[in-house]
Amino acid sequence: MSHPPLLSAQDIACERSEHTLFQALGFELGVGEALLVRGGNGRGKTSLLRILCGLSQPAAGAVHWRGAPLAHVHEQYGREMAYVGHVNGIKDDLTPLENLRLAADLGGRVLDEDAAVAALERLGLGRCLDLPARVLSFGQRRRVALAGLVTAGALLWILDEPLTGLDVHGVALVEGLIRDHVLAGGMAIMTTHQPLSLDGLTPKSVSVGD
Amino acid sequence: MLRFLIAVIRRDILLAARRRGDWLTAQFFFIMVTSLFPLGIGPEPAMLRTIGPGVVWVAALLACLLSLGRLYADDHRDGSLEQLLLAPYSNALLALGKAIAHWIINGIPLLLIAPVLGIQFGLPADALAVLVLSLAIGTPVLSLLGGIGAALTLGLRGGGVLITLLILPLYVPVLIFGAGAVDGTLSGTGAEAHLSLLGAVLVMALLVAPWISALALRVSVE
Repeated sequence: MSHPPLLSAQDIACERSEHTLFQALGFELGVGEALLVRGGNGRGKTSLLRILCGLSQPAAGAVHWRGAPLAHVHEQYGREMAYVGHVNGIKDDLTPLENLRLAADLGGRVLDEDAAVAALERLGLGRCLDLPARVLSFGQRRRVALAGLVTAGALLWILDEPLTGLDVHGVALVEGLIRDHVLAGGMAIMTTHQPLSLDGLTPKSVSVGD
Repeated sequence: MLRFLIAVIRRDILLAARRRGDWLTAQFFFIMVTSLFPLGIGPEPAMLRTIGPGVVWVAALLACLLSLGRLYADDHRDGSLEQLLLAPYSNALLALGKAIAHWIINGIPLLLIAPVLGIQFGLPADALAVLVLSLAIGTPVLSLLGGIGAALTLGLRGGGVLITLLILPLYVPVLIFGAGAVDGTLSGTGAEAHLSLLGAVLVMALLVAPWISALALRVSVE
């Protein structure tokens, strides 16, 4: 490994209503690496991801990005990290394209419309560009959120169950997206209960709650 | 920074424009409540003129509370609040933007309707002008302070009632100075003192409320 780890978690612990979900959990992740978070339902996978994106605080330990604690690099981390949670974070009243435009505005980026359309088409949403997200199916809305990853241009992707609700074709697409991103020097952290096949890429893995 | 602020405000206005039904509810509520008082109390001009400023102000407070419940709740439900909090800017800036958007969407229409409603209470022209001015200074305070309540009650069951209990006491000074300014004009003692105090409350709220809202938001999403 010639690259220093960009993201490191040391000894982090998570408590939910006085019940310890996991403790003494640590890992390091550098460019071109992926991390798969394993664990059963209710073991704290989502809690771990939320700690890693800075939405919640660990009960103990710390997460560092480029050597600095997350709270100190909120703005830089916000530009370099993209998170797709188990709720999609897209607005039902807006079309897929408007959703991507909104995300770009809020991230302080200029959205390349052609690139956004290409991203949506790549995820099989070419026929839904003008429809409000409200009328799209669950899987299609999931795809809109994942298309946002492509246009966000972030280095680190944090994905909570990205494959949920996707059909076979969609699963292959998203696996392809993640693989391309990581092999191109990106980083990805994800949870999934489904078998994940990332050809040519072996993700690191970390288990919570055993 | 300014770009993010404008992006948040534009976002909320765009979303409100797509859901005009939700938006109109609070405005109609304001009109209905103020119109009920002359009907219930009777057409006694002196009496109506006395209660007019207070009634319009109380109705404005309640209309504001009605729309505050949705300030963060919709974004919380569909996950976009998390995305907003993770945006590469300070969370206080987000809270400020949301409050300004709330004022533009819900406060400015109140300003425009208020003079018409004031006529129902037989308020003279100078009192109507002060009523609009006091609302113009006071309603941003309602949005800013209300944002704290909306952030604190996020995701709680019965949040709508709780926000009322939390925030109404904070609205008392705004109500006193706002209605007092109009009363002062009517009684000839002048409105300047009340309006200055209202202005001071606005400055305080602008400085403090976004930070508290941001803290409350972070606690609520955790």
